[in-house]
Amino acid sequence: MTELSLNVLDVAENSVKAEATLIEISVCSDTAKDLMTIVIKDNGKGMDEEQLARVCDPFFTTRTTRKVGLGVSFFKLAAESTGGEFEITSKKGVGTTVTATFVISSIDRMPLGDMTSTMHSLITLNKDTDFVYSYKVNERGFVLDTRELREILEGVPFDVPDVSDYIKEYLSENKKETDGDIIL
Amino acid sequence: MKSLEELKAIREKMQGQVGMRHEDETTTRVVVGMATCGIASGARPVLNAFVEGVAAKGINDKVVVTQTGCIGLCQYEPIVEVMEPGKEKVTYIKMTPEKAAEVIDKHLVRGQVVAEYTFK
Repeated sequence: MTELSLNVLDVAENSVKAEATLIEISVCSDTAKDLMTIVIKDNGKGMDEEQLARVCDPFFTTRTTRKVGLGVSFFKLAAESTGGEFEITSKKGVGTTVTATFVISSIDRMPLGDMTSTMHSLITLNKDTDFVYSYKVNERGFVLDTRELREILEGVPFDVPDVSDYIKEYLSENKKETDGDIIL
Repeated sequence: MKSLEELKAIREKMQGQVGMRHEDETTTRVVVGMATCGIASGARPVLNAFVEGVAAKGINDKVVVTQTGCIGLCQYEPIVEVMEPGKEKVTYIKMTPEKAAEVIDKHLVRGQVVAEYTFK
C-alpha cells in the first residue's frame, strides 16, 4: 500500500463483508500533538476471541481463495512503524472497531493520500450500507452522514452520475477547506 | 463548506426523469477486484476510470460498475471482469486507468473484446 487512504478502503471492505449496516470512519489530525488517528467502526457481525487473537496474523484469513490475509496486518504495520499504535476490538454480534494512530512527522508515515476517492468508492459501491465519515484537522472539520443524504434523496441512488459527482465534490471541497495549507 | 442544499435540487431533477436505471437481465456488469491484492496493485484508480468513463460515454443505463473480493489470481491484479448477458465472461488482467479507457471504448461501447489485456 502506498497511501493510508488505501488501507482505510481495504479495512473498511472487511466491515462491508461483515454485513455492517453502519460504518463510521474518522480521520482526525492534531498537528500540535503530532498525531493522526484513524478509526473504522462497524456494527457488523464481529469476531469471536479466537478470530480476534489471530486477526493480525498475516497467515490467517477466513477467505478461501487464498491463504493469506494481509489487510489488517498492513494497516497495523503502517501505524506501528511511525511509533504509533494499533488496536482492534470486536464483539460477536456487536461489531468491530479498528483504531490506528500515526506520528505525523515520522519519516515512515505514509501520506494520507486520496481519502475523497476512498470514501466516494465506499459510498457509491455499497449503496445499502450507511457511512458516517468525519474528517478533522486541528479545530476544523466536516462530517458526511449518508443517512442524511438518503433522507434528502428519497430513493434516488448514490451511484446515479449527478449524485455520485455531488458526493465527490462535497468530499473534496470540504477536505480542501479543512486542510487549509496543511498537507497530510 | 459545501452544503446539502444542492442535493435537493439534484433529487428534484432526477425524480423528474422517468425510467431510472434498474439492473436487469440485459445489464452488462463490470466487476473490479477490490480486495487487499487488488487495492495494493492499483484497483482504485481503475475502478474510478470505469465509473467516470461509463458515465461520460452515457452508457450507464446498460452498464453497471461494481466490486468483488479476491478471486485468487492476486499476481494478475488489478483484475476486471466484464459480464455481458448471454456471452462468456471476459477477464482483463493487470489493468490501468489507460487500459480501462480502451476497454470502455472498444468493448463496452463497440462490443469488441480487447484480447491483448485478457487472461489466457
